[in-house]
Amino acid sequence: MAAVSIVAVRKVFGATEVIRGVDVEIADGEFCVLVGPSGCGKSTLLRMIAGLEEISGGEIRIGGTVVNRVAPRERDVAMVFQNYALYPHMTVRDNMSFALTLAKLPKPEIAAKVARAAGILGLEALLDRYPRQLSGGQRQRVAMGRAIVRDPQVFLFDEPLSNLDAQLRVQMRSEIRELHQRLTTTSIYVTHDQIEAMTMADKIVVMRDGIVEQIGAPLDLYDHPANTFVASFIGSPSMNLVPGRLGRPTGDTARVHLDGGGTIDVMAQGVDGQRVLCGMRPEHIALTTPDVALAGDVVLVEPTGADTQVVCRIGGHSVIAMQRDRVACRPGERVGLMPDAHRVHLFDAASGSRLAA
Amino acid sequence: MLGALFMLPAALLLLMLLAYPLGLGTWLGFTDAKIGRPGQWIGLDNFSFIIGDSLVRLALFNTLFYTIVASIIKFALGLWLAVLLNEHLPFKSFFRAIVLLPFIVPTALSAIAFWWIYDAQFSIISWALVKLGWIDTYIDFLGDPWLARASVIAANIWRGVPFVAICLLAGLQTIPPSLYEAAALDGASGWQRFRRITLPLLTPIIAVVMTFSVLFTFTDFQLIYVLTRGGPLNATHLMATLSFQRAIPGGNLGEGAAIATAMVPFLLATVLLSYFGLQRRAWQQGADR
Repeated sequence: MAAVSIVAVRKVFGATEVIRGVDVEIADGEFCVLVGPSGCGKSTLLRMIAGLEEISGGEIRIGGTVVNRVAPRERDVAMVFQNYALYPHMTVRDNMSFALTLAKLPKPEIAAKVARAAGILGLEALLDRYPRQLSGGQRQRVAMGRAIVRDPQVFLFDEPLSNLDAQLRVQMRSEIRELHQRLTTTSIYVTHDQIEAMTMADKIVVMRDGIVEQIGAPLDLYDHPANTFVASFIGSPSMNLVPGRLGRPTGDTARVHLDGGGTIDVMAQGVDGQRVLCGMRPEHIALTTPDVALAGDVVLVEPTGADTQVVCRIGGHSVIAMQRDRVACRPGERVGLMPDAHRVHLFDAASGSRLAA
Repeated sequence: MLGALFMLPAALLLLMLLAYPLGLGTWLGFTDAKIGRPGQWIGLDNFSFIIGDSLVRLALFNTLFYTIVASIIKFALGLWLAVLLNEHLPFKSFFRAIVLLPFIVPTALSAIAFWWIYDAQFSIISWALVKLGWIDTYIDFLGDPWLARASVIAANIWRGVPFVAICLLAGLQTIPPSLYEAAALDGASGWQRFRRITLPLLTPIIAVVMTFSVLFTFTDFQLIYVLTRGGPLNATHLMATLSFQRAIPGGNLGEGAAIATAMVPFLLATVLLSYFGLQRRAWQQGADR
């Protein structure tokens, strides 16, 4: 097990810079998730840690050693690939023992390690099968088994669940998490799914266009997004961002005059007259009558069973409010939207950065 | 009924263009047909004659020697070329096109070029070696039995390598790069990745390609006929060239056909060997065992 440091790392493909100076510190035993939309450079960064891509600038350290010039096989990292990359001509047993055989470990030791990993993952009955004879979830598990037997310094996961169906994904999510609690090996996990990031991570690194937007614990990112990108990326459905103008601050609170009409009092500091984006999570907006709150017209009502999403229009902007209770309103109706003043986020409209509370 | 009707054109084509000539050829082998005279059924007489014929035995030896040596070298060179062309080279597609050239040129044409290269007086190889001072006299490539065998094998390899290389290249490209990345992380060196990933995953394609390559080589005719006509001292006479010589210039259709028919068991054995070799690979089959 080892800590991983990524210091000012850059990656250039021809003329395009896909990673533009990334700094991340991953502590020993931590489960770190790199998350971001496709093309943000998260997989490239992971492959650079694995040694499958060259590092154009900066430094990557694993357990204190700079590995920029170290070959993949000497980095002592194991990777679970998106397509699993199981060797099709080898049985599950041979797939799992491949690395150990190459390392010339004694046969009984290999057998013991494979048996142990197979036991952890429930693969005992499948050891003599070929990858083609396995289901997607089983292949996924074999890929993890192949990583576990090696007992490496770091586990790398490259979107390992994206080829599974929704139900299996949720199940494997918790299995990977449990596995990490059991083995406590430093893990770096790449995904584009913010729910995976939120549920699995000790630490989330949100990336966009080759730079880090924010690093923090899942709930930190949820409660204090550093900018509008993180605010709308983390959380589902996305945070509502309504433009407005800041009024004169009075004590701790400031009044925001929304462009579509109406005002919200928020706990934030800003300059009088500043253009802002008012961020309200759907789950933090209550529905009331229009005379006591922001007035909006219901556009759409989407019941999911557990809760109901009500899409409203305030001025020209659509705002989603998520209700725990079943609501009786219908499209066309006028309702009042009451955001929780303590949970409204303010962002500078020009830069998108968070305004301090 | 309608289905059978739709199959009729294809069935007719197969019958007329494949089955009839094959049947006729085999039947001729059991007759004493000569040019200008329809043959009588003589049973296995032709076959018992050719088994005792020392020239046929020599041709069989030549054919086996030619096929085995040329196929092994074609396989090794073809695999090597395929692996090279699978790397990220500059002008990759240009090189791939170049490699195909020997395969595209008509055999008769390239055989004439080789004839010139091997010529006793004008050989560019002899000329170059003399100029380099490595030899004093010109080499008579096609005049000495073993030299002639080596020379025709070299020409056959030159012509056959592109087919092997391009087919194996296609096979290499079906191997997902992530397998190599996984192997690299698992600690495999370049050679180990080739030995443990590339070769086993390529075997099904190697089996098919080499079957075809062996069949083409075993039945080779054009190259030999242009280069040596079977000489010197019948050292390069293959079954195919001997069969033609006995049947057409020699006029002895039945005997020629018998020699040609005698090639069939060898070809069949090659196909069966590859077929059963292929079948044993359980990892390719998808279903549960």
